[in-house]
Amino acid sequence: MSTLQTPSGAPQGGPGPAAPAQAAGGRIVTPRPSVEPGRGPASEEGVVVKSRAENLSFHYGPVRALKGLNIEIREKRVTALIGPSGCGKTTFLRCFNRMHDLTPGTRYEGSIHLYPDDFDLVAKGVDPIEVRMRIGMVFQKPNPFPKTIFENVAYGLKVRGMRSNARIGEEVEKALRRAAIWDEVKDRLDSSGLSLSGGQQQRLCIARALATNPEILLFDEPTSALDPIATARIEELIAELRDQVTVIIVTHNMQQAARVSDYTAFMYLGELIEFDNTSKLFTNPSQKATEDYITGRYG
Amino acid sequence: MNVQTRLPAASPHAGLAYRKVRDRLVETFLLVAALVAVFTTIAIVIVLVRESLPFFEHVSLKDFLTDTMWTPLFADARYGILPLVAGTLVTTLVALAVAIPAGTLIAIYLSEFAPHRLRETVKPALELLGAVPTVVYGYFALMMVTPFLQKLIPGLPGFNMLSAGLVIGIMIIPYVASVSEDAMRSVPNYMREGSYAMGATRFQTATRVVVPGALSGIAAAYILGISRAVGETMVVAVAAGLQPNLTWNPTEPAATITAFIVQVSLGDLPHDSIGYQSIFAAGLVLMLMTLVFNIAGFTLTRKFREAY
Amino acid sequence: MSAATTDEAIRRIRADVSRRKVLDQVFVVVGLLVMFAALLVLAVLFIDLVRTGAPRLNLDFLTQFPSRKAERAGILSAWVGTSLIMLTTAAITMPIGVAAAIYLEEYAPKNWLTAIIEINVTNLAGVPSIIYGLLALGLFVYQFQLGQSILTAGLTLSLLILPIVIVATREALRAVPRTIREAAYALGATRWEVTAHHVLPYSMGGILTGMIIGLSRAIGETAPLITIGALSFIAFLPQSPFTSEFPFVSFAWLTDSFTAMPIQMFNWVSRPDPKFQVNAAAAGAILLGMTLLMNGIAIWLRYRFRKRINW
Repeated sequence: MSTLQTPSGAPQGGPGPAAPAQAAGGRIVTPRPSVEPGRGPASEEGVVVKSRAENLSFHYGPVRALKGLNIEIREKRVTALIGPSGCGKTTFLRCFNRMHDLTPGTRYEGSIHLYPDDFDLVAKGVDPIEVRMRIGMVFQKPNPFPKTIFENVAYGLKVRGMRSNARIGEEVEKALRRAAIWDEVKDRLDSSGLSLSGGQQQRLCIARALATNPEILLFDEPTSALDPIATARIEELIAELRDQVTVIIVTHNMQQAARVSDYTAFMYLGELIEFDNTSKLFTNPSQKATEDYITGRYG
Repeated sequence: MNVQTRLPAASPHAGLAYRKVRDRLVETFLLVAALVAVFTTIAIVIVLVRESLPFFEHVSLKDFLTDTMWTPLFADARYGILPLVAGTLVTTLVALAVAIPAGTLIAIYLSEFAPHRLRETVKPALELLGAVPTVVYGYFALMMVTPFLQKLIPGLPGFNMLSAGLVIGIMIIPYVASVSEDAMRSVPNYMREGSYAMGATRFQTATRVVVPGALSGIAAAYILGISRAVGETMVVAVAAGLQPNLTWNPTEPAATITAFIVQVSLGDLPHDSIGYQSIFAAGLVLMLMTLVFNIAGFTLTRKFREAY
Repeated sequence: MSAATTDEAIRRIRADVSRRKVLDQVFVVVGLLVMFAALLVLAVLFIDLVRTGAPRLNLDFLTQFPSRKAERAGILSAWVGTSLIMLTTAAITMPIGVAAAIYLEEYAPKNWLTAIIEINVTNLAGVPSIIYGLLALGLFVYQFQLGQSILTAGLTLSLLILPIVIVATREALRAVPRTIREAAYALGATRWEVTAHHVLPYSMGGILTGMIIGLSRAIGETAPLITIGALSFIAFLPQSPFTSEFPFVSFAWLTDSFTAMPIQMFNWVSRPDPKFQVNAAAAGAILLGMTLLMNGIAIWLRYRFRKRINW
């Protein structure tokens, strides 16, 4: 695969030639390509980098599942990760909230910086719990707790020590509204979360994650277990969340990526092949591998 | 360069330190609770060895293992463990003669023949059979089985190992059946299908494919049954009599290791008498026997779990 | 091939199949017979106990102390003793068993220590009950100086049923799906918070079932209690747990001598006088009834619980 370039991103060992002395992070970036032209999204006026993976590798035991990824996640934008099965997109996603720590025998290399405080999520000595308090996740199969709808959304708040019932009630309503499910459940906040339909359950899970105001919200193939109507509603919701929350979404459905995301990254066999504005990647990809994938030459 | 550092609104660090400390403490407590199992085993070994040590200072190992009479409480005391071991073995063998055929038959039937509803009703009922208090089984053996057997075998004494053994057998049928059935059900369906596809009947498939496939699990079930039978106390204490008797004839009364321990405990023995120490020596032998069976059963169970 | 030969072949196949199927049917009959014979034993046992013990199955029986006269001997001290012992056993086993199971299921890393603990739990399940009696005699009665008391009895039976409770609790914990745990972790919960807020509450039904099965085993145990010196002619009750002055609750009963239902039954069965056999049967009927009831409840709970949460 000689046409595959090394992962597109900031050139190894330092910023690009036109960049200022320090790598951009937490600051307003003046319009300049953060990567070489044609190999990454052009930066927009006023858009800040929220997180940056730097040479991130990941090992399941002896297997190297991610190979030196470099990518920048823009704040309050939706970034999609696409690629064929086994390319490592979910593995990469789960690095952001240290879910891999629950499995023994896994190892991170490199770093994932979270801005504005330049906090390395995967550094040794960083408590995964602290990471998960800043970064939320919505899973592939809706997994509400067998508790009431209210308690589901309130759980994250209680874990963070919120005590005032009035305050919790407010936050729960706010989250349910943001997840576009308030009107459907406002009269039955006491009924079980499991009594909702699949699509509603997933929106409940989104509300649950939003309630804690995460700095980044991770979506792991959130609609693959849902019917088309529910899928459409969730996609609408994600599009609405743009400008409010930083989103990273893994999807095996390319059309979905095209519909909801601002930036798309294409991964293959644990490497980042191309990362660019969604519209550009899908209409005029610069890598042949990307083009082959989106035209369906391999799945 | 103007660096605007903007930390997130609510600091998640508040309270995290406390939660982490609390988590550590909880984990320690849970570990200690889990270690109770280890402490118990260690304690059993220590107590058995320590309390029987004086016994073995008094009685030579050779006498212990070869003398044919066990009368530690008599004036002319003899300390051969053979009568008790014989009693244990005979009752166990009688029990196995009942439990192994019946248990295996039931297991095959439930696993390969029985319709689903029947299986779901019968399995809990079998569980109940195994839950009956052993002293009640003892009563059953003495008051119902023995008179019945006396009609079949004239001259059968009121206390005998046959009744006790039969009832112990009935008691362990649920164990043998349940573990064997689990083993048989774990045999993958494609093996059965291969047999049926060749025109075999259910009985042939069961005996030629399923049972051989589940062999180590079934063996584990038998060993579990043996272990249970060897350790059984009340049935023999009630129905087999408490007279140590070195014989291989099940129609005679005899005492097992367990019955002897009970008999001594019923009386009042001073803490440092040889009678008191003898029950620990007997217990030690029982523990060793059970340990051997448990280890065998455990390795076989592991083998059958790994196979699939 | 002429039609006649093919007919011949088919006839032979049919004969062969029906011959083999006979064996199938014979086996079904035999299997059913053996199964129902075993269950019949249970029924015969219970019915006979009730019939034989009928003369003594009345309120007097439950409220009288043992006596040398069979007609006046009752099980008051025995069932009170059993109840107090069960209370003690439950109070000790529940926390330890559940805690140990939580550790093994949620916390334990895959190392040698965990393997040793698991081997021990499996091993202890197969240790004869009388060995627990010997352990208690040497350790609790003499070494710890707890004497032949209700506390000792409770500790002994707790150790005996500990493996049962641990195994049942682990199964209940395992039934909680992984994604529920993941969802809780993703919200920033610590391991204990995940366990206490989610895993434990959802597995309570299974844990309770395991506890009941353990207690139903403990209630019928005789040998270890005899070994630690339970007496069978106790004509008094342990001290009451409730007192008339502050703090209104007393634990003095833990140190009292005791007797228990299975011990009383054993004592009566061992007497040659046939009148005592009637008492033994009555006690047996009550004991068996209690055991079957507890097991029945546990089985029903297990069935109900399996249906309840639709993961």
